[in-house]
Amino acid sequence: MSQGLLEVAGLHKRFGGLVAVKDIGFTIAPGEILGLIGPNGSGKSTVMKLIMGIERPNAGSVRVGGQEVAGWPTHRIARAGIGIVFQHSRPLHRQTVLENIKLAMLPDSLLRLAASSHIEARAREIADLVGLSEVLYRHPPTLPFADLRRMELAKAIARDPKVVLVDEPFAGLTAAEVRAFSDLIAGFRAQGRAVLLVDHNVKGVTALVDRVLAMYLGERVAEGSAAEVMANETVRRVYLGGKIETHARPELDARPGRPLLDVRGVSVLYGKAQALQDVSLHVREQEFVSVVGLNGAGKTTLFNAICGLVPYFGNIAWDGQELRGRKAATIARGGIVQCPETRELFGDMSVRENLELGGQHLTAAERRSQFDWLYALFPILPARARQAARTLSGGEQQMLAIARALMMKPRLLVLDEPTLGLAPVILEQLSKALSELRRTTPITVLLGEQNVTFALPHADRVYVLEHAQIVWEGDPARFAEEAGAGYL
Amino acid sequence: MARALRSPALWIALVLLLLAVSLPWWVSAYILGVLTVSYYFGVFAMAWDLLFGFANEVNFGPTFLIGLGAYTAGILDNTLGPPIFVCVAAGALVAMIGGVLLALPALRLRGPYFGLVTLVAVLLLQNAIVIFASVTGGEIGMNVNDILSVNAVTNYWIALVFIAVCGALLFGLSRSAVGLILQASGQDAIEAAALGFNVTKHKLAAFCVSALFSGLAGAMLVFYEGTASVGTVIDIAIAVQIIIAAVLGGRRTILGPAIGAIILVLAGEELRQLGQLNTFVVSAVALAVILFFPDGLLGHLLRRGERG
Repeated sequence: MSQGLLEVAGLHKRFGGLVAVKDIGFTIAPGEILGLIGPNGSGKSTVMKLIMGIERPNAGSVRVGGQEVAGWPTHRIARAGIGIVFQHSRPLHRQTVLENIKLAMLPDSLLRLAASSHIEARAREIADLVGLSEVLYRHPPTLPFADLRRMELAKAIARDPKVVLVDEPFAGLTAAEVRAFSDLIAGFRAQGRAVLLVDHNVKGVTALVDRVLAMYLGERVAEGSAAEVMANETVRRVYLGGKIETHARPELDARPGRPLLDVRGVSVLYGKAQALQDVSLHVREQEFVSVVGLNGAGKTTLFNAICGLVPYFGNIAWDGQELRGRKAATIARGGIVQCPETRELFGDMSVRENLELGGQHLTAAERRSQFDWLYALFPILPARARQAARTLSGGEQQMLAIARALMMKPRLLVLDEPTLGLAPVILEQLSKALSELRRTTPITVLLGEQNVTFALPHADRVYVLEHAQIVWEGDPARFAEEAGAGYL
Repeated sequence: MARALRSPALWIALVLLLLAVSLPWWVSAYILGVLTVSYYFGVFAMAWDLLFGFANEVNFGPTFLIGLGAYTAGILDNTLGPPIFVCVAAGALVAMIGGVLLALPALRLRGPYFGLVTLVAVLLLQNAIVIFASVTGGEIGMNVNDILSVNAVTNYWIALVFIAVCGALLFGLSRSAVGLILQASGQDAIEAAALGFNVTKHKLAAFCVSALFSGLAGAMLVFYEGTASVGTVIDIAIAVQIIIAAVLGGRRTILGPAIGAIILVLAGEELRQLGQLNTFVVSAVALAVILFFPDGLLGHLLRRGERG
């Protein structure tokens, strides 16, 4: 184990009070591929940033070929032999693909005004290798998404790094493209590089990795072969949850008449990436519908389309009325209120002020009764009423965000990933509040979650969103046996 | 280099340069005088574009650098009185030092704070000049002992050669390997660093080069006009005019901002008969260009060429 090309030990990172990475360590040998997996908010991306020096670790060691680089600035770590393939990047738009690749090979010098001639030949070689030779003189904005990813790969290869970090290698790619990329990454193994693949689930990287390290809430939960990690009890619990009790009310969907929200064949494109493909779902009055899917599956995009925040193809009807063409503010006043995954609280305002903003349009009496109701639903909020929202813990912030959305008296509450980055004990409190909400009010809820344990107990019906498409829909009780396997 | 030669921007600039060379034979000394000033402004705008267009740092205080160059050259001329080129070189050097002293701490700041620091620097310099009125002439301004020439045509040639040389150097730099790294640093600093580039070093160097050319042009302008005053080389209004000129001409093209500056100075002169309305009309047109052609005039032309 000591012969690792990349050796990470005791890595710690805190953001304020949040411990994002806790005592993470691993070794990658030359020619070895390690998968670092974990759900959203587990700290896996932070680990990657710590290795690359984009964030500075609070403690721990990062060694490349025996050299300690922890705490160095990014550009020196890059020169020590670590390369990274970003998921999203901003290439030089006015330069051609070839020039973008050549850029990666330039020396970090202020005096070398012209690139040396061997760079040109080498850049062509690399472009050929990753399959860009047909588009050498095109500009990045005119390229399809997969080619942009190829270009990022080419830039990383161009620096001939000993260690390659790849962030979500296959996100947004078609099956054929995934195969081509897998071959390229497998090529790193043959070249004796150490590779770290960062992804959400084991499934995506199984075929490629030698070992997998699974993270949850900043900590290591399992390590071993892909099969071992998938069989691991803790991993199964993190992704699938333990025994889930469901309380579906199928009679709600059996009612005749038109649904409250009716999404028909909606597609969304982000530039060239297909974020949502022909998605149809409906929500009836008083129903609690969960859309589960891993991060990047398209949940947030779906909600943004419903709320009129992104342009889409297809139809969305609200209470029988077509929503297309209405402004986001009109839709919100019409009764669809979104509680976004980023929470969007006003950090410098107090808890009470945040809630008051949500209740701007209410009369004084109405507002008071809303306050009483919400304070009873989330008992922690009255205790924190005068505190600035920024100083609340993650769980309290989430409750405030939900309370503020409820303050607007929505007919449909769209709840996007409320569990993001929250500890299990907080999830329980949040879960209780949602049960209470469902039991005591006739509110309609559309919940997006990657945490199945959290999403299923409340749901009347479940949709599974995967790679921009709905792949399963049905009763929450049937989820684990029918759709659970594809979820790890 | 071959690719730089194929750049349409370069050919547009060459045609305009040829036109500029022919002017002394067929336009009045008055117009030559206006153009002379506009050429120095052109260098200001090009130097500013290196920072904004390539390093992606908005320097709201180009006149801090220009003013340092102008006043250093003027004061040196009035005190020790070395040859003009020594004064100009000293002005450029001091502008560069001032630029580094300003940029070193400012580049550590993120987002709008860099711009705010540069803005405050202008106010500081302006106040310093008023406070040390005995040397600087304060708010009234300062006459310098020497001038480049009394002949309008000679002055025109000096300014034309000056803008052509500065333009060639800055354009060449922007198209060089260093310019590419600078552009990458400006667009995505994290990715540039992950490719092994020291982003701070490259941005600092860009600031130095921008300061050097700004100081140089500021000093030259003083010896052309024979005076230096807050209102002509330091005032925030001048800074705004340079920024408008650069955006009008076309960000990230280097040559566009020079063209923008010339258009702006000429328009200001042409519309002078409108009196107070003059500034209003120029500003309104500039606003319209920024709103509807955010790539600027040259940028818009080049973009159409790329698409076509």
